[in-house]
Amino acid sequence: MTSPVPAGPRIGLFATCLMDSFRPSVGFAAVKLLEDAGCTVEVPAAQTCCGQPALNSGDFATTRRLAKQVIETFAGFDYVVGPSGSCMATIKNDYPQLFADDPQWREKAEDLSRRSFELLSFLTDVLKVDRVKARFEGTVTYHDSCSGLRELGVKAQPRKLLATVEGLKLSEMQDAETCCGFGGTFCVKYPDISEKMASDKVANIEASGAGTLLGGDLGCLMNIAGRMKRLGKPVRVFHAAEVLAGMADGPGLAEPEVR
Amino acid sequence: MSEAREAILGSIRTALKRGPLSQPERQQLESQIATPPHHTRPHFGDDLARRFAAKLESRAATVVAVSRMADASGAVVDYLDRLGLPKAVAAAPALENLEWPQGLAVRFGRAETSDQVSVTPCFAGVAETGSLVLLSGPSSPTTLNFVPENHVVIVRAARIVRHFEDAWDLLRKEAGGIPRTVNVISGPSRTADVEQTIQLGAHGPRRLHVVVVNG
Amino acid sequence: MQVLSPQFKPRATLALKDASLQAALGKARGGFVDKRAAAAAELPEFEQLREEAKAIKEHTLDHLDFYLERFEERVKAQGGQVHWARNAEDAQRIVLEICRKANAKTVTKGKSMVSEEVGINEVLEQEGIEVIETDLGEYIIQLAKEPPSHIIAPAVHKTKAQVSELFHAHHSKLGLTKVLTEVADLVNEARQVLRGKFFRADVGITGGNFLVAETGSSIIVTNEGNGDLTQTLARVHIVTSGIERVVPTLDDATTFLRLLARSATGQETETYTTVSSGPRRPGDPDGPEEYHVVLVDNGRSKMLAGRFREMLRCIRCGACMNHCPVYGAIGGHAYGWVYPGPMGSVLTPLFVGLDAAYDLPNACTLNGRCQSVCPVKIPLPDLLRELRHMQHEAKLSPWYQRAALAAWGFVASRPRLYHALTGLAVRALGWLGRGRGRFGYLPLASAWTKGRDLPAPQGKTFQEAWRERRGKSS
Ligand code: SF4
Repeated sequence: MTSPVPAGPRIGLFATCLMDSFRPSVGFAAVKLLEDAGCTVEVPAAQTCCGQPALNSGDFATTRRLAKQVIETFAGFDYVVGPSGSCMATIKNDYPQLFADDPQWREKAEDLSRRSFELLSFLTDVLKVDRVKARFEGTVTYHDSCSGLRELGVKAQPRKLLATVEGLKLSEMQDAETCCGFGGTFCVKYPDISEKMASDKVANIEASGAGTLLGGDLGCLMNIAGRMKRLGKPVRVFHAAEVLAGMADGPGLAEPEVR
Repeated sequence: MSEAREAILGSIRTALKRGPLSQPERQQLESQIATPPHHTRPHFGDDLARRFAAKLESRAATVVAVSRMADASGAVVDYLDRLGLPKAVAAAPALENLEWPQGLAVRFGRAETSDQVSVTPCFAGVAETGSLVLLSGPSSPTTLNFVPENHVVIVRAARIVRHFEDAWDLLRKEAGGIPRTVNVISGPSRTADVEQTIQLGAHGPRRLHVVVVNG
Repeated sequence: MQVLSPQFKPRATLALKDASLQAALGKARGGFVDKRAAAAAELPEFEQLREEAKAIKEHTLDHLDFYLERFEERVKAQGGQVHWARNAEDAQRIVLEICRKANAKTVTKGKSMVSEEVGINEVLEQEGIEVIETDLGEYIIQLAKEPPSHIIAPAVHKTKAQVSELFHAHHSKLGLTKVLTEVADLVNEARQVLRGKFFRADVGITGGNFLVAETGSSIIVTNEGNGDLTQTLARVHIVTSGIERVVPTLDDATTFLRLLARSATGQETETYTTVSSGPRRPGDPDGPEEYHVVLVDNGRSKMLAGRFREMLRCIRCGACMNHCPVYGAIGGHAYGWVYPGPMGSVLTPLFVGLDAAYDLPNACTLNGRCQSVCPVKIPLPDLLRELRHMQHEAKLSPWYQRAALAAWGFVASRPRLYHALTGLAVRALGWLGRGRGRFGYLPLASAWTKGRDLPAPQGKTFQEAWRERRGKSS
């Protein structure tokens, strides 16, 4: 944010692996929000995943291989933006560290780091978007995903934009900042502990009285939605970008196609 | 044992990738100890006595003020009366010169299990947290601070300093080196070990009463 | 202490099903978090203090040999003794010898995590010495014959009802037969029982929150005053402390004291801070006749060299576990050794082995909350990830996990193949799952579907859909 924002910046959309496979609608919502703000958006085909599963499994060699792929794929874009705090924190914070002993790649990683942003904070902090044109009837509550919150400082930005959605009311839950138990591979390596954490989260969501849960990270949202459905709770789940883009009229996560 | 000592120091130096520090380096560190660098201290207003009392009270201590040292013993008697305690105290020998009222049994010396109330002086008060700094010594037994159920401490208002560092400075200047024990006491004994429920009088005094002498 | 960390998974599962434990954890969770947040918010200088504390520790670690020698010199000058313990066995032997020389029958103890780490109690008990833990929490778990489940609230896993049962079972022998249900009565009864022990004790053992090189002092911090009775009434006072606990001056120690109570319990200060410097002086009417400090290395000097050096900044405040959602779900015992929670998940593998404590660094979502509250800013998640890396390099992770990771890595580095495969899978899953929107069970994903449904994909990958809509241009 030190350098001025070019007019009509060219954005490389980081299509996170979960979004790509499970919820393309979040990608289209992201594109709409960025284009509405005057950006040109491209989706490089050579991208797969940021490498976080390998990173968090301690396989730094594989992570470096994938990081190099991401660095090369997104060279040349003014900004790289993704609808996930977790993936973008990996790119922004972990990539440079991974190449601590490799000056050439370290420099490239730092360059990418400077250009990389999580979608919602990018809209408010860089593009200075302060309102959206969207409507959503109902009370929502917001789960702060850990990486976005603690590594990128995403907290006020989504709330600020959501406040401008017509018809939407925000009801904060207790412990919104407490981890939902997803944790990438954690949730399948330690399913019992993860389930307990997700249950606590679901209880807090229910207690908030909101009919819809929003968040900025699909991993967490899939985990919570999955637990919520298993417990038979009616609360709906969307990525915040879908609501902000006015595209939350289809099925929410884990909902059947025809409602 | 010296074998272990050398092994540990050697292992530390190996880890730090160096040998023992040179004489000038040691000198440099010694002088840092002699004049400690100034760390951040909490900011607060100038009414030290007031803050001192308020902080102590917030932790369930009781505080009264008297205007002269001669009135301090009267405040002790008031305290005993208020709680309906027998007119007997164990006091620090440092308080032998205080005028003690008739009818109050005062025994000077270390605490015994039968003592219900102790009275001690204090080296300094600290306004930052409302804490008392007590030093051990021939005329101030440490047991008085912990054994009886009621601990009455007499502190001169002029001895209330702002921060802990100020108390340490006094200690360095006045006490001639550190005594065997420095007790920093900030309230009556408490525990929260059963279901986080706060309960006073875990092992030490159940009640802490502070008499501030203004004159 | 027995290492039960290899049984982390089954023990965690049991903990999740333990209703009493869950009740106790539920009560503790909010309290610590809210109180710490309030205490930190009340002190505008808090963040600055964290930075300074970190810097003081780094400076001290850089000159650790100097400060330890300086400390030793001062202790000796004041008539105390310093003993150096390379490992647990050294420490046990030293303490045992001091107790033998003192002809000790009864030993009282203030809370000391290092003494748990090196296993002092067992050794003394084998010698026929009565060892009594005097911190109320430690006393409770000693009666229950359990290790601590938290480093500052050792009995946080016990409910009032369980404490009541324990006291009844043990105190009845002493003629205290009433079943007590109020916290006040329980605390009073423990006070009554332990009073006698303090006065009977020959040796008192405490930990050392800080050692001060300037004055040759050990500092302990308690709310109960048990540490003071322990060290004042016994003939011999032994301090057991890790070598990393030394700080240069009283002023430096003060910076840590400002952080410690706030981080640990949300208090501005704990009730008693006691600075002890040697044995009873000429003319002193009370205090111990002997003062010993046992400086324990036990792997610490080796940590100083590598990636885990930052862990030596730890002041054992417990904030990381109070804020850890995994600890909050399973409590401290599942971790299987002395130190639980985030700091324990870093320390335990380093002490007992990467293999034996395999699960500890892995059973973490890397949510980062521990780091955000650690008063000395230890990057706990990074250290845990580093441990995972070491485990990966040592091929300690299960083969199927490594195989899956390798296969995924292979595909993910080949975008064309990756998109072809995900395209197929997503189409199949979408077709199967769209009717319900989710899967209750899915082969190969059973660890996911065990406790939650899997949301069904929307039928096409984003990449496919994007290229259909926008053409092949980008
Ligand atoms: S790691 Fe940090 S938060 Fe955890 S106990 Fe140590 S000092 Fe406290």
